Order: sequence, then structure tokens, then C-alpha cells
Amino acid sequence: MTGGSELAVRVSDVTSVAQDIKRFRLEPVAGPLPTFSAGSHIVVSMFASDRRIRNPYSLMGVGGASAYEISVLRTANSRGGSIFMHEHVTKGTELIISQPVNLFPINHTGRKHILIAGGIGITPFITMAHQLKALDQPFQLHYAARSQERSAYAQQLKDLYGDRVFLYRDNEGHSIPLEALLKNQPLGTHLYVCGPEGMINGVLKTGLAAGWPKESLHAERFLAPPSGKPFTVRLVRSGLTVRVDEHQSILEAVEAVGVNAPYLCRGGACGQCETAVVACDGQIVHNDNYLDPDVQKSGAAIMICVSRLNGSELALNL
Amino acid sequence: MKAIAFRTDKFRDDFSFANSEYGIRRFPFPFHEDKYMYTVNIEPHTAGPVGSVFEFEIDVDEHYVAEMRDRALVLNEDPLRCQALPHMMMAQWDLVELLMTNMAKDYPDQFSLTKNGAQWRWINRPLEIDQTFIFGDPATLPYPPMEYITRQSQGDFCLIDQRDGNLWMDAGMVTTQADWSLDFDIGMNFMEWHGPVPIAHESGVFDRALKFLLNLQVGRPVRRLNWTMTINPRLDTSPENYHKWGIDRSTVNPGNVGEKVHLRVELQGLWRLPRSNAILFTIRCYLLRLDEMITVPKWARRLHRVLKTLPPELVDYKGLSRYRDTTIEWLSKFDDGAPTSAGIGPD
Repeated sequence: MTGGSELAVRVSDVTSVAQDIKRFRLEPVAGPLPTFSAGSHIVVSMFASDRRIRNPYSLMGVGGASAYEISVLRTANSRGGSIFMHEHVTKGTELIISQPVNLFPINHTGRKHILIAGGIGITPFITMAHQLKALDQPFQLHYAARSQERSAYAQQLKDLYGDRVFLYRDNEGHSIPLEALLKNQPLGTHLYVCGPEGMINGVLKTGLAAGWPKESLHAERFLAPPSGKPFTVRLVRSGLTVRVDEHQSILEAVEAVGVNAPYLCRGGACGQCETAVVACDGQIVHNDNYLDPDVQKSGAAIMICVSRLNGSELALNL
Repeated sequence: MKAIAFRTDKFRDDFSFANSEYGIRRFPFPFHEDKYMYTVNIEPHTAGPVGSVFEFEIDVDEHYVAEMRDRALVLNEDPLRCQALPHMMMAQWDLVELLMTNMAKDYPDQFSLTKNGAQWRWINRPLEIDQTFIFGDPATLPYPPMEYITRQSQGDFCLIDQRDGNLWMDAGMVTTQADWSLDFDIGMNFMEWHGPVPIAHESGVFDRALKFLLNLQVGRPVRRLNWTMTINPRLDTSPENYHKWGIDRSTVNPGNVGEKVHLRVELQGLWRLPRSNAILFTIRCYLLRLDEMITVPKWARRLHRVLKTLPPELVDYKGLSRYRDTTIEWLSKFDDGAPTSAGIGPD
């Protein structure tokens, strides 16, 4: 299964919602957009001068509405996707997006839901909070950001959900009282965390230490494909050889020569792009959250959306 | 589109069920070669040839009215054929939307759906229903949403929740089943409810199928065919009613095979539901009497060969042991040994 049929959208509004964060409203070029469930993301394709960049973004707003909304944080050391969105995408720009995919769904058997957001990680929770309120499910939203200027949507969420929303600002010395929070929840509570990698790991570790079953702890961690040194990939089935540049993922390099590799999340989480390694003359740098550590260690497979080679040539079963 | 002439024959009592000539030709014959083994035979549920059961996502055929009458009779005797765990309400509404939207789009002479915001009006002409309701408000329908729409839709329906990297049978309407029970399976996960199936576990079929289904995407439904055989054209061959139909299997003799024995094919469909992220699993049953099947020489030849070479575990699991030999003997009269063409369609 590949990334799914694509949809053409036109940007109908760009709003600055916080320091370095812009919200983009995407309207369909033809026909209505598919309904989506809380926690879903889309993959946005951007056509930069030299390449096509694909980044996943969580859908905000409410499923069934006439347009999609995403929010993008400008990150200086990224591979260019967020900078492209901030500098080149304006009202009227046409973009290609994937169908919505949900890798961060609400567990509907939960009796209570704790949502923990760090910075731009707030985006999936905007729809989740809406859905939980509509379902009359108890929830709390704990939202930490570096400063008030960077706390996108904080006031809006406070207005909508009142004392169910807890705000924390690093520069004012606030932090989420994780241990106390996780120690005192009723059975049947589910926790969802989205934010920087370090925060996610800290929350999951604290939860497990407090005796939470791992089935009740959910994380959305899209990794931006990290950059590294260039290398060559030999595609055994297609008979092609491609160069992977510093700021390119293997998946992007492969797509650029017209090979259709399967993918869904492009963030090392879903498992769709798992590819068998045929030969390798260096060290594979596994950046994904999907493969078992044993498999990573063996070097038998690689998630080509985020992982790389520290070496000169990698041969793949593609 | 061909106008549908709805039949009124019965799947019980006098067993007056029959297919029209058109119905026989569009039967989804499940064997693409002269032998059968389990595979992950899943393919995209995209539009098939005009007139075939694959033409539309939801197939409505000449048995529609009769099947809905049969379902009502089953539910009257056994309300537990329709159950939903509380967390599946949003998936129930997803199902209402999917069925009403597709049936109204593909069978405009029979069904219509008009939306005015959340207020929907549904007209079902064959069953003479005209219902206005608020989408999302169960109090505005005479039954819970899943029960309401599946009393008007052919086939069995399961709503499957996805969590903990597994799939859970958490709601369903199941009245036309091949010997499995929703009341028994409700709340089970994918591996648990497939527990009784022989051979396939060892070959890893279910591990691969589960991994595939966990990534099923909105707007990209898939389908597969499954099959068994049924004596007398009964839709309801449930464990709950085994005392009524189990005995039928001992009534087959060389003189009545063509009339008694039916090939039972399930067109199984899987959709990712957009609002709930649940999966809809549909099991639509098509019955073909062997007397009807032999009007298609290729199918008669091929079924004879498939039954002769079927592994013993499958003969037993599908419940064919009592009448398989008698059926093979009868079918041998229609197998001259000629080669069969590729594919499932009639020659």
C-alpha cells in the first residue's frame, strides 16, 4: 500500500498564530475533502525549485468541515519543509496533500484522557479536545511552551475548555508536574503526548515508572528525517543507483527517480516503508521508532523515510 | 443500470429461494483455478464490470427485500444478533453515512438521501421507508444507528475498533453467518476470533493480514472472497440455530444434490471509517444452488476439481464431511476433463 491517492488543495488563508507558527487553511480544488478522525495527519507535498519535499502535519479543526487546517512551526535546522511553508506558501498557493491517516487515535474505551502537548505538539489535541468534549468524555489538556508568545491557541483552548486546560511556560519557570499528575489518575485513564522527542521519552518513562500499562500511553512522534553525509543507494529490483544528498531522505531520493516505494507517515512510526537491506558497506543510522532493536542491530531492514547510511553504498530490495 | 425485480422467495420453511438467470451469471464464483488453498487474497475494492457484484461498493440485488424480511425474523427471535459496545457509537454513525451515501448514489431509483446540515432525510422505496433524522442524535431514529441502517442493508456488518496494535470485534449485525456467533466473539481481538481457523495460523496468514489492516486507509476499501457450502438455501446458519440446520447435512443423497447443495460465497469488504478510525467489515452472502451452477459448465467442472483436492482439515472446518463424496460423485457427471479457462467468470 502506498501513500494513497492524493488531493489538490489551495491555500485560502495564512495566519500568524504565535511566534514562528503559521496556520494554513487548505480548501479543496475540486470536490469535498474527506472527513477525518481526531489525531489524523496529512502529508503535504511542496515543490521547491530542485526537489519535492513531503512533510506530515496534524489536522486541526473538525472532521467534516469544508477545509483542512494545519499549523507549521518554522524550524531553522530542518530540511527546508517548514521554511518553504513559511516563505513560499501564501494565499492562493496550490499544494498536493495525501488522504488523512490516523496513527494517533483516541482510545474510545478510555474512561478519562490526559493530553500532554509540548510546543507545536498542540496541533493534534485541538481536534482531540473537540471530539472528547462532543463525546462527553472527561479529559485534561496540559500544554507546555517556551513562552506565552510561542503558546499557539492557548487562549482559544482556555476559552473553549476552561479549567480542563492547564498552561505552562518555561520562561516563567512553569513545568508540567508529571510525577504528581501520573500518580493520581483513575484506572482506565489513557495518556497522549505529542511534542519534542525528549519530552515524549520523559513522559512515557514517568508513566511506566508510575505503573501505567504501556497500552494506556500513546505518543505521536513524527521525526523530521535528519540530515547527514551523502551516500549512494543501489536499487536491486529496479536496477537503478541514486545519490542521497545531505538534506534528503532515502525515500525522497528514490521517489525522485520515479520508484514508487510504499509509505504512510514519513516519520519513522508506521512501518509501511520497511525495506530489506541487500548489502551495505557502512553503518546504518536507524532513526525510526518502528523496527525492533534486534532488527535494527542486525541491519536486515531499514525504514527509508528517516534512516540513513554512514558509509558509501547501500543496496536495497526496491 | 438494469432495473431490479425484487424476488419474494424464502430462505426458510419452503426454501423457495432461487436466482434469476441474470442472478446466476453475476454470482461471484470464488475459484480462479482448479484447486483451493488459503492465501491473503485481499485486493482493492474498486469498481468492477457493469452488472457484476463488484460494480458498486455496496451491492443491492434481486434478493434485497427477501433478505431484509429474513433478517427481521431472525432479530425477532434473537435480539443478540445485533450488539454494540458503548464506545462504538461514532462508528455506528460512520456506518449510517457510508451505507446511505453509497446506496443513494448507486441506486437512485431505489434510495435517496437529502442533507440539510445535520438533518438528513432517507427514503428507501423497496421497503417503503421515509425517515427524517438528525445525524449524530440516536434519539431521532427508531433503532440505534447501526441497527437502523443494517435492517435495510444486505449482508452482515461488523464494526471493528483499532487499539493496542490490534483489532477488536466491538459491534455488529450478524444474521446471515456461516456458523460463527457475534454474541460469542464480541469484544475479542483479531487473533482470538480467528482462533478456530485451521492451517492459516501456522502459515502466518493472520499476522500479515493484521499488519495490512492496521494500515487500512480512508477511501481505499479492500475486499476478498471466502466460501463454504450450505444445505438448503439458509441465510441463517448460526451456532445459535444449529439444532435447526445441522441435521440438513444428513439429508443429502445422490438424487437431491442439485437441489439441496448450495455454494455459499462471502464477499467480504473492509473500509476504514473516517470519523471513528474504526474498520467496517462486511460479509455479504451469495447462494447458488448446484442445479443453477451447472448451467455454467466451467463452474461445474472447476467445483468438482476443487472439492476432490480440498485438504481434509478444510473439508472438516467447512463442515462438508457428511456430503462431500456424494456431491463429488454428482458433479463428476458434469466434468468431462476439459481444461478450464483462467479467471472466475463464465466462459
